[in-house]
Amino acid sequence: MTIVQLIGDWHALAVLFVAGVIPNQIWRMLGLWFGGGIDEGSELLVWVRAVATAILAGVIAQIVVEPPGALASVPDGLRYGAVGAGLVAFLLTRRSIFAGVVTGEVFMLAGKWWLG
Amino acid sequence: MALPPLDSPQWQSPWRAFAWGLRSITQTILTIVLFVTYLGIGALAHDTHFSLLWALASTLFVWAGPAQIILITTLGSGATIIQSAIAVTVSAIRLFPMVVSVLPLMRTPTTKRRELIFAAHLTAVTLWVECHRFLPQVPRERRIAFVHGLGFGLVSVCLCANTVGYFLAANLTQTLGGAILLLTPLSFLFSTARNSREIADVVALVLGIVLYPLAAKMNSGLDILVSGVAAGTIAYGVHWWREVHA
Repeated sequence: MTIVQLIGDWHALAVLFVAGVIPNQIWRMLGLWFGGGIDEGSELLVWVRAVATAILAGVIAQIVVEPPGALASVPDGLRYGAVGAGLVAFLLTRRSIFAGVVTGEVFMLAGKWWLG
Repeated sequence: MALPPLDSPQWQSPWRAFAWGLRSITQTILTIVLFVTYLGIGALAHDTHFSLLWALASTLFVWAGPAQIILITTLGSGATIIQSAIAVTVSAIRLFPMVVSVLPLMRTPTTKRRELIFAAHLTAVTLWVECHRFLPQVPRERRIAFVHGLGFGLVSVCLCANTVGYFLAANLTQTLGGAILLLTPLSFLFSTARNSREIADVVALVLGIVLYPLAAKMNSGLDILVSGVAAGTIAYGVHWWREVHA
């Protein structure tokens, strides 16, 4: 890997700024400026939070269903099985993130090893 | 490690308060969750052909894990800048109520708005949770310095994790590389599930996952937005229906 590859091109950094930095900082700075009069439990914010959660959920699904890079080498059933096994561990341990992640990973690696 | 009592001379220097904030990152499991999450983000950035500098800049200037994976995943799968920007903007709205609720914990009657700019930038779900936990044990006039230390520590951990994840993805076998990439959906799924206290959050999470593959079949290029708005609105409907019938 060369230094040039590690730095990348300016176009990608400009895209990061427009599509990543500005959309986040806008909300933080609005919170800083107009923080006083907002009711955290307002109906609009409940809807906004639900849509934001669902968008993140969609991205999680996208990574598992249409995996990028090396994850694509893991068969479909094994990826879904790993998430399912992690979920079971997460629920059984009264919502331990750690138990869920470790179980999912172990399931995937064991499955890969077993399949050869 | 326990923080010194509120009237301790330890709190007289803002630098000491910064150092206590920095040290507090060792007192929470969330630091490990963040490390694992950002390890995954670094690997994801590598496998979606972004540069290491790009990944580090996104952590430093965006500083919101969900927004970063939405950005990497949508841009990596060929969405336009506008489509990605819309998805990220919507996901980032949640920062607004977080900033609104966390800044009053640090404010004194003489605090100027510009003194809170860094604290606002550092606000994301982890810092928000930790502020509610730690700040009652910190004298009010030293809270901004403490939060700067805490935030600096967390950002540093994540920058290291990004770098490690990026190089691991570049050098590991396919199986281990796949395992690192799998960290991202697993850690986000379970940390979001853990933070879901209300029925609307749970419904949004489950429906968001189920509806995405359906929306993807439509091939509109706006899949994430279509499934997100649909699932989120149905979740809000469930919340509203329960309120009315409560």
